[in-house]
Amino acid sequence: MLTFTIRRLVLAVPTLLFISLVIFLLLELAPGDPMAQVPLTVPPEVKEKMREALGLGQPMHIRFWKWIVQFFWIEPQVLIDHYLGTSFSAGDLRVISWQTRSPVMDIVIQRIPQTLWVVGTAYVVAILIALPIGIYSAYRQYSWFDQLGTFVSMVGFSVPPFFSGVLVIVIFSVQLGWFPSIYDTTHVVDSWDAFVYQLKQMIMPVMVLALQITAQLSRFMRASMLDNLNQDYVRTARAKGLSEYVVVMVHVLRNSMIPVVTVIALGIPSIFGGAIITEQVFKVNGIGQLLIGAIQANDLPMVQTLTFIFAVLIVLFNLIADVLYGILDPRIRYD
Amino acid sequence: MTELSNPQPAKPPRSQWLDVWDQFKSHRGALMGGALFLFIILAVYLGPFFWELEATQINIRHRNQGPSWEHPFGTDQLGRDMLARMMAGGATSVSVGLTAMLLALFLGSFIGVMAGFFKKLDGPLMRLTDLFLALPLLPLLLVMMLLFREPLNAAFGPEQGIFILIVISIGVTSWMPTARIVRGDVLALKEREFVMAARSIGTTNSSLITRHILPNVLSPIMVSATLGIATAIITESSLSFLGLGFPPDFPTWGRLLFDATDYLQQHPERVFWPGMAISLTVLSVNYLGDGLRDALDPRIRGR
Repeated sequence: MLTFTIRRLVLAVPTLLFISLVIFLLLELAPGDPMAQVPLTVPPEVKEKMREALGLGQPMHIRFWKWIVQFFWIEPQVLIDHYLGTSFSAGDLRVISWQTRSPVMDIVIQRIPQTLWVVGTAYVVAILIALPIGIYSAYRQYSWFDQLGTFVSMVGFSVPPFFSGVLVIVIFSVQLGWFPSIYDTTHVVDSWDAFVYQLKQMIMPVMVLALQITAQLSRFMRASMLDNLNQDYVRTARAKGLSEYVVVMVHVLRNSMIPVVTVIALGIPSIFGGAIITEQVFKVNGIGQLLIGAIQANDLPMVQTLTFIFAVLIVLFNLIADVLYGILDPRIRYD
Repeated sequence: MTELSNPQPAKPPRSQWLDVWDQFKSHRGALMGGALFLFIILAVYLGPFFWELEATQINIRHRNQGPSWEHPFGTDQLGRDMLARMMAGGATSVSVGLTAMLLALFLGSFIGVMAGFFKKLDGPLMRLTDLFLALPLLPLLLVMMLLFREPLNAAFGPEQGIFILIVISIGVTSWMPTARIVRGDVLALKEREFVMAARSIGTTNSSLITRHILPNVLSPIMVSATLGIATAIITESSLSFLGLGFPPDFPTWGRLLFDATDYLQQHPERVFWPGMAISLTVLSVNYLGDGLRDALDPRIRGR
């Protein structure tokens, strides 16, 4: 198991390097000129200086190498400095955003808590809703509850977040006026009223994100339960005289959870991607909105770093899912 | 010695597709989904021939109207008829969905068949598929929109250019599931007796693939085709919604929804129509795919 984990970790390095190269080359092919917004009255030699100040003077491979060094060597040092008070990174050039001329990672660190709060809560809520629905739909297959669950999850698959988000805004904040339509990230929770307000502004984005995740997860849970409910060991458990509750909730559920847990792990990075739209709808200033803003402002270092962070999340959670599968299912041995 | 029974079969032979149709008919959701999808396609492509108002015709005196007999879906802030805009937008959205699906299907089937059929290609092609699966797709799509919009606009004009760009970028980023499924099926088919028999009479690789392998992997390809339409339509609308899709005067469902969010307070119904159209299309396609999967699976058929 350990050798497998180490082997996969080692294999992840070339994958990530390749992905970063793909993203870099894609941005390199960009016809857009970062100096396009500079007024025409600025003389060409000054423009050339500005170009060099942005780090655009050198050939392509040197800039790629510089970005790699900055991202994998200097940024971790900055992190260590921040926590331990050392000064490894003093004087080193970090990845600088073209928009704000401040280090990209600082902005990302500022934005991540907002995304994590909204997305994380939505994910937990969705799991808490999806698992019981999946279990009960499988246990009463083809009952009206199961049919309703199928329909609701089909709707959850089909309604894109930018429609469901706008729809709940129309219903709950325009018509009924219950919740605020814009997520206020400067809000500080220091009293009961502030906590209630925080809860109110979180309900709608969480609801929209959770609907999508619930649709997928409850389907998986149902299918996995159905696979196990007809197995011989279930009949044995019933024949032993175990109560129905113990049979379903202990014997069947534990076995059905194996694929579902891996699906939950695999879904986490795609949730960050899907949250881009939800953040845009509810004006949450998380990393998704940061990416959109950077794309519109042609801020290439920011776009590259953010896209790469998404790629790291995907590779990491793929790895976690594989390892979890091996740990949870004793029949699977990778070595 | 017993007489052989009448060699004439009692019933006329039934084609495989008749069986598939029978099974498909028994799935009520799929039937309704198929009918709805057909209706949407007919409405968006043939509707403009029956509805004489133009999608781009500005009538400032009739702006911001609610539903009436003259304008069943109302009018927008420039007095353009919403029904005509919905049909024009739907034609674009559905065309993008269908074309991108065809491209993804072609790429996926090609790579899947190559990887499954030729052992040497299997390793590299599957590594490539894994790499593509590890890419963050929505951010990459947004980046591609940003980067290649200008040159393609210059080469093909603003509407053609963005259409080509959206179709290619969706197609290039969504072929991986098809490739995996097709490869698995081809790997199993390759060891079957009929393939060996065909090979023993000297069938070349190319005709082996086109005559014997491809018809047998048709059912997974068809199922992933329906799901591909759904994801392509949703992706295109997301791009348009984020403001990175088609230009503003060129309606698509995502773009109409995006424009309508500015008037959310005053005219909430304007958000409803395009959103409903996207959701219904995707829902119908998903049900269609569900039914097709059941109908094309010989183990379920006939039950």
